[in-house]
Amino acid sequence: MSFWRAIAVGALVAAAPALLAGEIPSDARRSGYAFMGPDTRAMQDDDTANPGMLFVLDGEALWTKKTGSAEKACADCHGDARSSMKGVAARYPAFDKALARPFTLDQRINLCRANHQRAAPLPYESRDLLALSAFVAHQSRGVAITAGDDPELKPFVAQGRDLFMQREGQLNLACTNCHDDNFDKRLAGAPITQAQPTGYPLYRLEWQTLGSLERRLRSCMSGVRAQAYDYGAPELVALELYLMSRARGLPMETPAVRP
Amino acid sequence: MSLAISSPATADELVPYKIIGDTIPQSLTGTPGDPARGRALVLARTTTCILCHSGPFPEVRFQGDLAPDLKGTGNWWSAGQLRLRLVDASRFNPQTIMPSYYRNNGLVRVGRNFASKPILSATEIEDIVAYLATLQN
Ligand code: HEC
Ligand code: HEC
Ligand code: HEC
Repeated sequence: MSFWRAIAVGALVAAAPALLAGEIPSDARRSGYAFMGPDTRAMQDDDTANPGMLFVLDGEALWTKKTGSAEKACADCHGDARSSMKGVAARYPAFDKALARPFTLDQRINLCRANHQRAAPLPYESRDLLALSAFVAHQSRGVAITAGDDPELKPFVAQGRDLFMQREGQLNLACTNCHDDNFDKRLAGAPITQAQPTGYPLYRLEWQTLGSLERRLRSCMSGVRAQAYDYGAPELVALELYLMSRARGLPMETPAVRP
Repeated sequence: MSLAISSPATADELVPYKIIGDTIPQSLTGTPGDPARGRALVLARTTTCILCHSGPFPEVRFQGDLAPDLKGTGNWWSAGQLRLRLVDASRFNPQTIMPSYYRNNGLVRVGRNFASKPILSATEIEDIVAYLATLQN
């Protein structure tokens, strides 16, 4: 598997894109963690209190379970996730040469199920997909985000940025209106953060469960009374990619806890 | 500000109104609104005002701070100005984040349940205008 390593290292040395107007400079970027109260922080920090860790443990069990008509487990090809998956989630969504578009970690896992395990894809937001994705992303906890560095991703990052800047829905608000222009303020009771996607999949107290970044973006879209994109839609992947590239340098926190 | 008569594509759903200067002087319904109903509407989460605004609403625990406090609004804005502000706040500030509450076209990807509908009805706008006009000290 050293060829993806080589690609990753190549991408790391590529220059970071210049900052565009209205964007948050890298030294001012703050995770949603920084906006939380002490109780929620403590819950995230303590692995025995963090409900997301139950999903990580489920994911670890799935990692070694033989699945599909190929009778292979993830571990049969990828070995010990602690080394093979370290840093992987920090550079997703990544560009797939065969599909000629970016795809998310969830989609990557389902590609391995289809192509390598010969198993049916796991539905978005299903417990098993969240568990596998939490387990894989947990191996990147503390690793700085570098997603979006691959030059092939440039047009997709730009598409995601355009979507972030575009007003939409009956309330006619863009992501940027809240998350670039008004973070640190309060929308009714809720502190508005910078929308840094550092902790996904994460445990949201309001959901009472783990959820993906796509679920979060869909709920922000419904909040402005816009028609949310379907899970896996190219627009949602582009937004996710833009958010990850915008979070460049922040450490991964999976599984984070959010109110 | 210019004189304009609204004639949106789906005009049949919105009552026509006339903008004069920075006001819509005439009631959208032809009758004055009910301030008590207006207050209840402003406080209702689904009306969305208090997501951004705070105001003299001691019973409401969570209020927003993205926009000015509404107390005293009736001191400095006339009913006609408040009506235009609610109908189309972008007339006062083209970059505003305050939604246009009486508009049903030119928006992007509006959710299925909300498509082609203004956020508030003409009656609701009048009730809120009547309430905001009472916010004087
Ligand atoms: C039969 C071998 C095989 C199995 C089983 C397998 N994979 Fe993979 N996996 C690969 C190969 C090969 C790649 C490189 C891309 C490709 O060719 O699909 C890959 C790539 C990946 C990547 C992307 C790594 C990167 O650096 O971008 C992830 C994440 C991943 N697999 C997770 C999983 C998970 C989770 C499972 C179990 C549900 C799994 N894989 C099962 C062979 C396998
Ligand atoms: C009206 C204001 C508003 C708009 C517009 C909005 N959001 Fe949010 N968003 C929130 C609030 C409130 C939360 C919950 C608290 C927080 O994390 O900011 C949130 C949370 C988030 C989070 C979670 C951050 C974390 O720490 O996990 C992300 C990511 C996000 N939004 C992205 C978006 C995107 C992308 C859009 C545009 C499609 C968008 N938001 C539009 C208000 C908004
Ligand atoms: C998304 C945020 C948002 C929402 C929702 C919102 N407003 Fe506003 N409102 C603003 C902002 C910001 C201003 C300041 C002027 C500007 O930027 O347009 C404002 C200005 C006003 C003013 C003028 C205040 C002054 O002192 O100059 C009034 C009155 C007002 N809004 C009433 C309302 C009412 C009533 C509602 C609900 C029907 C509402 N707003 C919903 C953001 C909002």
